[in-house]
Amino acid sequence: MPKVKVDGVELEVPAGATVLQACELAGKEIPRFCYHERLSIAGNCRMCLVEVKPGPPKPQASCALPASEGQEIRTDSEMVKKAREGVMEFLLINHPLDCPICDQGGECDLQDQSVAYGRGASRYHEHKRAVTEKYMGPLIKTTMTRCIHCTRCVRFSEEVAGVDEIGALYRGEGMQISTYLEKAAKHELSANVIDLCPVGALTSKPYAFEARPWELKKTLSIDVSDALGSNIRLDSRGREVLRALPRVNDDVNEEWLSDRGRYMVDGLTRRRLDKPWLRRDGKLVAATWAEAFDAVAKINPGASVAVIAGDLVDCETMFAAKKLAGALGSSLLEGRQTGLAYDCSNLAAVNFNSTLAGIEDADAVLIVGSMVRDEAPLLNTRLRKAVKKGAKVFIVGPHWDPTYPATFLGDDLAVLGNLPADVADLFGKAQKPAIIVGGGALAKGALAPALAFSAQFNLVRDGWNGFNVVHMAASRMGGLMLGYAQKGGIADLVAAKPKMVISLGADEVDFTKFAGSMIVHIGHHGDKAAHAADVILPAAAFSEKDGTYVNTEGRVQYAEKAVFAPGDAREDWTILRAMADALGVSVGFDSFEQLRAAMVAEVPALGVEGLADYGALPAAPADAKAEGVIGYPIKDRYLTNAIGRASPTLQRCSAELLHGETFAEAAE
Amino acid sequence: MADRHPEPDSPELRARWGNFSWTEANAAKAKEIVARYPEGRQRSAVMPLLDLAQRQVGAEENTQGWLPLPVMEYIAAQLDMPIIRVLEVATFYTMYNIAPVGRFHVQVCGTTPCMLRGSDEIMAACKAKGMKKGHTTPDGLFTLTEVECMGNCSSAPMVQINDDNYEDLTAERVTHILDELAAGRSPKAGTQEPGRHTVEPVGALSSLTAMATENHDYRGEW
Repeated sequence: MPKVKVDGVELEVPAGATVLQACELAGKEIPRFCYHERLSIAGNCRMCLVEVKPGPPKPQASCALPASEGQEIRTDSEMVKKAREGVMEFLLINHPLDCPICDQGGECDLQDQSVAYGRGASRYHEHKRAVTEKYMGPLIKTTMTRCIHCTRCVRFSEEVAGVDEIGALYRGEGMQISTYLEKAAKHELSANVIDLCPVGALTSKPYAFEARPWELKKTLSIDVSDALGSNIRLDSRGREVLRALPRVNDDVNEEWLSDRGRYMVDGLTRRRLDKPWLRRDGKLVAATWAEAFDAVAKINPGASVAVIAGDLVDCETMFAAKKLAGALGSSLLEGRQTGLAYDCSNLAAVNFNSTLAGIEDADAVLIVGSMVRDEAPLLNTRLRKAVKKGAKVFIVGPHWDPTYPATFLGDDLAVLGNLPADVADLFGKAQKPAIIVGGGALAKGALAPALAFSAQFNLVRDGWNGFNVVHMAASRMGGLMLGYAQKGGIADLVAAKPKMVISLGADEVDFTKFAGSMIVHIGHHGDKAAHAADVILPAAAFSEKDGTYVNTEGRVQYAEKAVFAPGDAREDWTILRAMADALGVSVGFDSFEQLRAAMVAEVPALGVEGLADYGALPAAPADAKAEGVIGYPIKDRYLTNAIGRASPTLQRCSAELLHGETFAEAAE
Repeated sequence: MADRHPEPDSPELRARWGNFSWTEANAAKAKEIVARYPEGRQRSAVMPLLDLAQRQVGAEENTQGWLPLPVMEYIAAQLDMPIIRVLEVATFYTMYNIAPVGRFHVQVCGTTPCMLRGSDEIMAACKAKGMKKGHTTPDGLFTLTEVECMGNCSSAPMVQINDDNYEDLTAERVTHILDELAAGRSPKAGTQEPGRHTVEPVGALSSLTAMATENHDYRGEW
């Protein structure tokens, strides 16, 4: 723990800290472009210069200099100011003065720092460097003349994403950032380089020229594109969400966001259900709310009701629907739309117990039936970190590219009970062994053998729980906590032949099995469920309502309402409340506060932000055995939900990046 | 330097170089090069392998050699490294030709010492032979490039042609060298000054004369 002096104030810094970190601990702001906390140190922008004694009598780059005992660091001296001004002047030599037409304007590091260190006018009269644009795919817009060669994007793609897609070609002033042969960046986290870029060289293509940062309303929300519950910020103007950006949460998403979560927001204004629809003579016709509720009342299902929750709904919606079904006398609730029927009697057995941050410490990981990159992209970056620290990863399932070294143990689940000797040996010796069970394995009944594996290798030990299930739906853990699980899965609902099926945005269900039921769809997009519905009640998407979400590790998080739902659409809970009136029952709440209070009273864990406690793992059933070839459920990683399928950006990603279609670039 | 670009990826390029592989001799050499580096660090061999590949391409084409993209991909695959990293190296070092060159790659140094000693004349002499900066002559013999310091300042001006340096040039000398090369002969490499062998002083010593016979301490005389 070296002691250093920053601007005359003595403080102790952690061993291994850099001078820049020491200055930050002392509360000094150090300007920087290339340095980033989550990337390796490059030290090439030279903006973070400070004066350090003892040392050479010249400014030094603080990001790359280790703090050591007895250093005297000055961040406020004349030398430092002059040096930084010099660096800034050099950076601006080749940087175009196009801030008025640059999308980074208003949130640009170079702009901000030039306020402090820039000259009023340029002394440079020669020609500026100009660089041709580089094509980087449908998400990243490039204006490479603006690039200041910080190489953050290069380091991100190599270190975090794990696919060396972006590189720095040529040298010196001629250096250019590009992908190989200007191919599209294909990684599922590729758009994070937009946030990393300190200038306007890499900006968001779908968001180009849409808005200025200062005209946007910022709302804290939760990403629903997967079950990780990434913390996001929705930037909206008027009634439209223009973009989603990640927020920093070291426990969940660090500061990254998957491309799917980032770009599905432009599906929020398309294919929306903005008025009620009724099916008359086999055709959907627009209706009023009064007509719609009349139609619901006419169904008069009595207790013959089932509720199917979709992947994107919040806990409040599911709870309101549960109350409605309960008031009608039914408890047929199910959220696992595609027919999964794993045992949910103990939620610890279907939870990601290691936690997303904790899995980084694992030293042996067995992934069973999960294509992590598609199902939970940010979990894959955690696993990558674990591998960098020395973890060994084994995967049961068809081959995919995990971006880190991993051993594939075959497609058949049977291997779980019959591990190769060296693998079993490794797990036996591991300090922090872990298993990750994915949806593809759950479908084949892998939960029981996974529990047996957990018992065999003692995955739960002091300070460590290595038993993990990774879900794919943002609503899954919340739904399970609210009882949206039947013993036989959705088959139980089919067998009950309910008179009325309430779909809460359940777009993945095979509704042909409910041919005899009246289907009331409370959803926000004209997607698969709307085609099957008899009554469509337009509802709010995740951005248009307050809501509670529980991620795959059992973390309870709250999302706030960013904009109003379009047209006649209403927040889901109000629709369910009005349905209760139409059906002549009482659900016991009249406001959102009452609803949330009732929900917390019933499931107290939903009232506390943070990890829910599900207790101890259950013992594995004695006859735990599973076999069968695993198939991964996600066929198209960009089009996994109704919002994504409506998003032109993700449609293009799917067509171009997954299916190899080519698009002509519009001439600028 | 900014006008350096890899030869564009085209079906013709793929057809010509798509199935590039080492000759038997070079395969052995490549194996030996990779073995020089510790296990797990075989990527370090990328620079010598690119050089080897450039020479093999040169031998096939009877030019100085260059690196078509499929050849870089071949090396990337051999070293199990991402192709973008190979391209980074190949574009960084100007000694790798990333576009086709002629039989002789004439690199005229134009940095200050050479310029003061008359590199403009050398350049003019090359141009008089029909060369154009950054281009190959129509007969495929010469490619002309202006380069920065090659470290031959004591015998400036100089040109580097393929693997040889030609120093102490004048317009006549460089014309003679180019004629000889074009005629298929090998002119003497190194200094062209009669009586000079390497970069020893021409004529009598003009500075540090006391150092000629003993290790003289000049410090007292400053």
